[in-house]
Formats: sequence, structure tokens, C-alpha cells
Amino acid sequence: MPVDVWLYFILGFMIIGSIASLEIKNILSSIITIGVVGLGLSLAFLFLGAPDLALVQFVFEILCVIILIRAFAKRSIEVRALRRDVPETIIAIVILASIFVLSIFAFKDLPSFGKPIVRVAERYLAQAGVETGSQNIVTSVILNYRIYDTLGEVTVLFTAILGTFTILRKTGRKKRHAE
Amino acid sequence: MQNNFPNEGMSVIVKTITRFTVWLIFLYGLYIVLHGHLSPGGGFAGGVIIALSYVHLTLAYGKNFVLARVDKFAMNSLESIAAILFVLTGIVGLYVVGNFLANFMGIGKLYTLISAGYIPMLNIFICVKVGMGLYLVFYYLASFKPQEG
Repeated sequence: MPVDVWLYFILGFMIIGSIASLEIKNILSSIITIGVVGLGLSLAFLFLGAPDLALVQFVFEILCVIILIRAFAKRSIEVRALRRDVPETIIAIVILASIFVLSIFAFKDLPSFGKPIVRVAERYLAQAGVETGSQNIVTSVILNYRIYDTLGEVTVLFTAILGTFTILRKTGRKKRHAE
Repeated sequence: MQNNFPNEGMSVIVKTITRFTVWLIFLYGLYIVLHGHLSPGGGFAGGVIIALSYVHLTLAYGKNFVLARVDKFAMNSLESIAAILFVLTGIVGLYVVGNFLANFMGIGKLYTLISAGYIPMLNIFICVKVGMGLYLVFYYLASFKPQEG
């Protein structure tokens, strides 16, 4: 089968998984269904020939599911069924349909599958080994040509971890002084 | 390894299997990091795999077992030191070559383990940073208890 067919299959699977995770009432089953979406994305990367991204997505998805299960599964979280009114539903459907129609016009201008319009990729493919000495071209891009992006990424992660520590630490500084 | 907290964590079966699998996961993470410039992978993927090996140990043996061996303060410091070293590498490039984060080491021979200049070094920094940071995020989120009321 060509790649396109596999992609349609995986994307449909992911959409079904996300709808199921919204509708399931049990929080543990819901978290596991979110994991299905991420693993489907990892498979899609694998079919598109990007093993680096597939690896990162795979391990990150496992870590996310473990964190979500440990953080939420044992808590008693109330699940309330939403009562939907008729006018709200109609407004939501109209807005979604209009966005869908507009996005069809927008997606017509995108380049076709497998034909990128960014020309710089050709230079990377031809010159990366000579210029950076790295056999893996993805690494040569993220750690040499586009290293400022990686620096930003590291900073984002650092800030996220700092925020987690700040919010979830056990005793605040003022309280420790009082004791 | 002597276990001072035998009642925490999961059952004996899980603990026994963990003893065989956790170092395999750790070694795989090290391999992914050190061969980041030769095969698919790199600092981010390898760092997450190393964090997952710590998570594996924590889930099987309980958090006190891990914290008795690895200091939380040391993990915090390692993470920050790796971030500082990343920026320092950039400043060295600024002095030696003239651009921030420029490749100041020799490129070396293609397809060999020690090649590609500073890319393996940066991979190791990113690995330490991501691994320690994500394990600490897991630890804080998993051990956080919301106050009642």
C-alpha cells in the first residue's frame, strides 16, 4: 500500500481515539486512550520516513501517559455530564462548518504531498555531511544549522521545569522562616 | 543492592523483572545519546529514555528507594549545570570563531564516533538536562498531594 493510505488509516484511528477519550467516563481509560493518539502520531512519523521524530514522540508519549496516570488516576475526580442546549449546539456546528469550508480554500494553496517549496532542504541534504561532519542530517540541522532553535527549546524546557518546582514545592519560603 | 524500603512499590515479580530491564533501558539511552550524530536519535530522545529508566525504578521500588541513592539537590544542580554548559559552549564559539554557538572544534572524519565537532558534546548536555529535568517533573507531579478541603 502507498504511504498515503496508511496515513489516512492512522489519522482516522487517531481521530476515533481522541473522540473516545472525550466520551469515556472512567479517567484511567480516558488517559490510556490519549496515549493511543500519540502512539498513532509516532507510527505516522515512521511511515513518513522520520525515525528521529518517531523515537522522540514514542518515548515522550510513554512519559506523558505515566505522568498523567500517576498524577490523576488515584484522585477522586468528579465527572459531570454536560447538558447541551440546542442553540449552543447549532452555533458550534455553524462555526465548525464555516472553518471547515475556509480551510478547504486555504489547503488548496499548500504544496502537494512530498514536494516541499522550501529550497534550503536540498542544500542540507547535499552539504550537511561535508559542512558539519555529522552523518545524521537531522542532528546536523538541529545542532548546527538551526542551533538557536535548540537553545530556545532548552530554555522553554528549563522554564517549564522551573514553573513545576515553584508551584508544587511542599513548603514556601515564608512558611519555612516562620517555623 | 540492599533495599531499605521493602514494603513500598509493586510486587516481588515486578521488582525482580525490573532488576533485569532497568539497566538495559539506561544503556539504550546512553547509546542513543552517544550515537546521536550517526543514527536516529539525539540528546532529547536519549534523555527521555534515561529519565524513563529512573521512572521505571521509581514505579517498581517506590520513590524512597531512588531518593536514597540519587540526591534531589544533585539532580537539580546537574540540570542547571548542563544548561549553563550549553550556553558556555556558545560563548567559547563566540571567542574562537566569531559567532555565538559556532562549531569551534574540528569536524573530523565522517561516519566515525568522534566526529562532527561539538555536536556529541551538546548532545550529552541536552541529555543530562532533559533526563534530570523530566524525571524531577515526574517526581514532583506524582508525589504532589492536594490539600483537602
